[in-house]
Amino acid sequence: MSKSLLKGNIAVCEGAIKAGCRCFFGYPITPQNEIPDYLSWRMPEVGGTFLQAESEVAAINMVYGASCAGARALTTSSSPGISLMQEGISYLVGAELPAVIVNVARGGPGLGNIAPSQSDYFQATKGGGHGDYSLLVLAPWSVQEMFELTYDAFDLSDRYRIPAMVLTDGILGQMMEPVDFDTREEASSPPKPWITDGAKGRKKNIINSLYIDPDVLYQHNLKLRARFEEARREEIRYEEHLTEDADIVLVAYGTSARTAYSACEAARERGFKVGMFRPITLSPFPEERLSQLAEQCRGLVTVEMSLGQLVYDVRLCSQGRPVHLVSKTAGLIPEVGDVIEVIQEHFALEEARSG
Amino acid sequence: MKKVFERPQSLSENCFHYCPGCGHGVAHRLVAEVIDELGIMERTVGICPVGCAVYAYDYFECDMIEASHGRAPAVATGAKRVLPGHIVFTYQGDGDLAAIGIGEMIHAAARGENFTTIFINNGVYGMTQGQMAPTTPIGQKTTTSPSGRSISQEGNPIKVCELLNAIDGPAYLARVAITSPKTIARARRCIRKAFEVQLAGQGFSLVEVLTSCPTYWHLSPAEALAYIEENVIPAFPLGEFRVPAGTAAPVAAHAPA
Repeated sequence: MSKSLLKGNIAVCEGAIKAGCRCFFGYPITPQNEIPDYLSWRMPEVGGTFLQAESEVAAINMVYGASCAGARALTTSSSPGISLMQEGISYLVGAELPAVIVNVARGGPGLGNIAPSQSDYFQATKGGGHGDYSLLVLAPWSVQEMFELTYDAFDLSDRYRIPAMVLTDGILGQMMEPVDFDTREEASSPPKPWITDGAKGRKKNIINSLYIDPDVLYQHNLKLRARFEEARREEIRYEEHLTEDADIVLVAYGTSARTAYSACEAARERGFKVGMFRPITLSPFPEERLSQLAEQCRGLVTVEMSLGQLVYDVRLCSQGRPVHLVSKTAGLIPEVGDVIEVIQEHFALEEARSG
Repeated sequence: MKKVFERPQSLSENCFHYCPGCGHGVAHRLVAEVIDELGIMERTVGICPVGCAVYAYDYFECDMIEASHGRAPAVATGAKRVLPGHIVFTYQGDGDLAAIGIGEMIHAAARGENFTTIFINNGVYGMTQGQMAPTTPIGQKTTTSPSGRSISQEGNPIKVCELLNAIDGPAYLARVAITSPKTIARARRCIRKAFEVQLAGQGFSLVEVLTSCPTYWHLSPAEALAYIEENVIPAFPLGEFRVPAGTAAPVAAHAPA
């Protein structure tokens, strides 16, 4: 099968359409504008709805309404816009509504800038809005994965009735790579008995997140958590590179994993046995496998486009091994040299001793 | 024996939780009667956001969605775009629609989204115990305007029908009261018309219902109804502000105070 050369943002659109998403609601923000621009004609072409909302607040609530009606619905935005959506995302979680949200993240805080960033990791993986909850969060590192993981996000979100977020950044959104669309089958929204599409021949359905009795709300919270824990058992995804004999394991996702990948070879040329662990599901996080790797290695290094957020999850899996951080943020990207520097600083002496 | 009065099928047997003299019970019943009359219960989806009527999902027998504060028009937009053949209505209070949700309301109306909004205007935030609303009349005391709303301090009330009538999108806009059997009968006709406009695919329809909150107006139910007649209607004139082209001309819109 021939491949198409396209931008990551367009791959997101085609992943959604192949998954049977026929509803998009969004508000303009850089660096994800290719998505609404493209879907404004592509959605009507496949018989779907494209609607430019008056705000991100409205967009996420339109997604809420479309999901209530049984559709696979998508919104995309970038960091400040995703902040505005947090209330709506919390309501989606509380009402057990599937939806897919793509964050093509940029530098922050505040207006920040429009350059790529991973500084929304906490917001994406630790709740983001009010209440006890976790989203399903997928992190692509290539344009091919922008397509595949957007597609998969719809399946996962429908299966667990938890909103799924694709956490990516301006580089992956803007860059072009060949994509093979045949890795996924045409799909459509599965039957959902709980939707509000008219109480014909059945009792009325109610979609709600209000449970005024604390005992009842507690049980509801436990039910939501149990579903997330099921996803933790069933849906963990990660990729490893040169970890079999690694003394040092780099941990990185998305764009910075591309740096980490290149750094493995560069470090090995300098005599360090370095491998890479790339979480693909950031939430649930692949704790079990990373803990096993930690047991086998001498130290871990996270490579992040933030001041250090992923590093907190890695420390929880470190099994007492040292965890170091290669950090660039605000739109800057860690380079291979930055990774080598940290490795040399923390492991060279040890290397000499053990050598 | 012939039955001359019964509960509408679209209304459940649950007891309302509303305070004595509150207008929500009457407004719920009018909406339910219209849904019954039009025979649309099985394809109707109602949306009730945060406010005193947040439990409306316990009272209406059609499919119901609870929405976040102010966002019902956005939720309705999403649902109706997926289900264009269904009947979608929002049931919103004045704080919800005219304060936090005014943006979503204006834009849904401007797009001419084909759903119906029942807008309950009682001039206070009832659920949070009586704060000033965007529609609180000048002079009215609330927990957050203890000296009475003034133009200089709190500013002027927002007249939603007049505001929406300034944009081209809406197909039907009416303001009614439910203070007497006569005004209630009138309100019912306007609510029916709003749903008929939606059924005909003519676009956005809204009925603003002036009603009372005896609890937070600190008046008896009877005094509260008199207050509407004497103080609220002069500031918020009743009438049809917009009707679809080709139908009867608006009735008594912009009636002088």
